[in-house]
Amino acid sequence: MTLLTRRAALAAASVLAAPAALRAQPAAARLLVIGGGFGGASAARFARVTYPDIQVTLVEPLTRFVTCPYGNLLLGGFKQIGDITHSYDGLRARGVTVVHDWAEAIDAPGKRVRLRGGQTLPYDKLILSPGIAIRWGALEGYDEAASQRMPHAWVPGDGSQTLLLRRQLEAMPDGGTVGFAIPDNPFRCPPGPYERISMVAAYLKRHKPRSKILALDAKQAFSKQGLFQDGWKALYGEMIEWVPGNRDGKVVRVDPREMVLESEFGVKHKVDVANVIPPQSAAAIVTGNGLAEANGWARVNTQTFASVTAPDIHIVGDANNGAPMPKSGYIANSTAKQAVASAIAALRGQAAPEAVYFNTCYSHVGEDYGISIVGVFRPGPNNSFVEVPNSGGVSPRGDLPQQRALEARYADAWYAAITRDMFA
Amino acid sequence: MALKLLAFAAPLLLALPAQAQAPLAAQGCLGCHGPNGAGQAPVPALTGRPAAETEALMKAFRANERPATIMGRIARGYTDAEIAAVAAHFAAQR
Ligand SMILES: Cc1cc2nc3c(=O)[nH]c(=O)nc-3n(C[C@H](O)[C@H](O)[C@H](O)COP(=O)(O)OP(=O)(O)OC[C@H]3O[C@@H](n4cnc5c(N)ncnc54)[C@H](O)[C@@H]3O)c2cc1C
Repeated sequence: MTLLTRRAALAAASVLAAPAALRAQPAAARLLVIGGGFGGASAARFARVTYPDIQVTLVEPLTRFVTCPYGNLLLGGFKQIGDITHSYDGLRARGVTVVHDWAEAIDAPGKRVRLRGGQTLPYDKLILSPGIAIRWGALEGYDEAASQRMPHAWVPGDGSQTLLLRRQLEAMPDGGTVGFAIPDNPFRCPPGPYERISMVAAYLKRHKPRSKILALDAKQAFSKQGLFQDGWKALYGEMIEWVPGNRDGKVVRVDPREMVLESEFGVKHKVDVANVIPPQSAAAIVTGNGLAEANGWARVNTQTFASVTAPDIHIVGDANNGAPMPKSGYIANSTAKQAVASAIAALRGQAAPEAVYFNTCYSHVGEDYGISIVGVFRPGPNNSFVEVPNSGGVSPRGDLPQQRALEARYADAWYAAITRDMFA
Repeated sequence: MALKLLAFAAPLLLALPAQAQAPLAAQGCLGCHGPNGAGQAPVPALTGRPAAETEALMKAFRANERPATIMGRIARGYTDAEIAAVAAHFAAQR
């Protein structure tokens, strides 16, 4: 890079440090982003980098973001909470106005959002990436109080759920049983429960080798199943028992006092530690503002991510009805960029850009044993998403130690790269 | 890098021509290859690699003519035009 470019860049950077100067320009379009997670932070950063003349405001209640990804490695003892916690300072330095508050109500015709603190923010285009809500009560007995005894650790918040689950594992005697309740599709991170089982097994093998894992699943099959089960056998022997839905694996009721997970046919499984991954829907800001369908998820235009009912509101990440795309951080990141580009194009009277969506989900089966699933998707007929035929798919099966070791390190690189693409 | 930094400076200096923006297909690479495609060890950098080289690599991955950990599965999702645009984009980055 030439010295001149560097100087120009530095000059620009110092202006960016004073967003008020940008706000003073009356004509700048206003992009409002709600939710500072995988979709929202990616959208805010991409917008500032790609469209320097756009004003970007991000609303997120938490002052630090704890990722779900790599939370399972914390449970395994391979990461600390600080390793998966991110600050919004990088986005501020890029000129994003970060407001730490909850968005409470969306006035779609008036194009403004009311925050819990009382402030009202106007927008030209709104990007919503608020993630999921837990459907409390969908499993009988599983309410917010129950999650203090039987953590879900599926919505990151301040990280307290993941840390609680870790403490429970540490307190459990050797020879205990760790129970999992796993929901039906669709839910956040299809391979997530099985990576978590793997990481808990890694911890138990090292510290409590006589313990057992009982994984009760509402489904008959799961993401990367063959690869996971090969890995479980190779690394953890008989420690993990997975019970599919057609063998009465579906949990319908929990008793947090007695630490019981109860199946559809009334079998009561008493466990020492329980991780209940409950049924989910889009976050409250989506369902509470008439943006979700009856199934609890938002329907969007598959090229622009504009809500089918509110064209100035683009809904990305886990909150939308993205099937067959998985509810993953990578998809949230990839689709957030398309949503921003489409929103800006619309403001400029241009057509939305051609779309291609990308996903790779790595999972750690062991610390040095990684597997992956890749998917490339495009908008399809009748407002659908379609996976590109003959592309993507899972890692090869078989005894491939080098492939597994490489994928574990690529997973680490993914985590570092994508969190920089969100927050740096 | 220069292109991205120029994009920052744009409001002060000049209106940026639209084609200087990264094609969205290239955005998909950044989640593993790092911001701007500058690399995230051990995942290699894409920036500054001659376009013809990247294009040939991607097509070899796509045709299963080059051993891959995951790039074969990825390359098969993209068209010739996308591969060419992505290769040209990263070649122009420093
Ligand atoms: C255990 C686990 C492991 C995972 N591993 C991976 C992985 O390896 N790879 C991968 O790609 N994905 C992984 N995922 C999935 C990934 O975490 C999600 O898909 C991703 O976080 C979705 O992004 P999002 O923007 O929709 O939601 P989030 O990242 O959850 O962000 C939503 C944000 O919105 C905020 N918010 C909510 N409501 C409001 C409101 N009303 N006002 C303001 N802010 C609000 C929340 O505080 C939150 O910060 C994993 C998930 C889990 C649970």
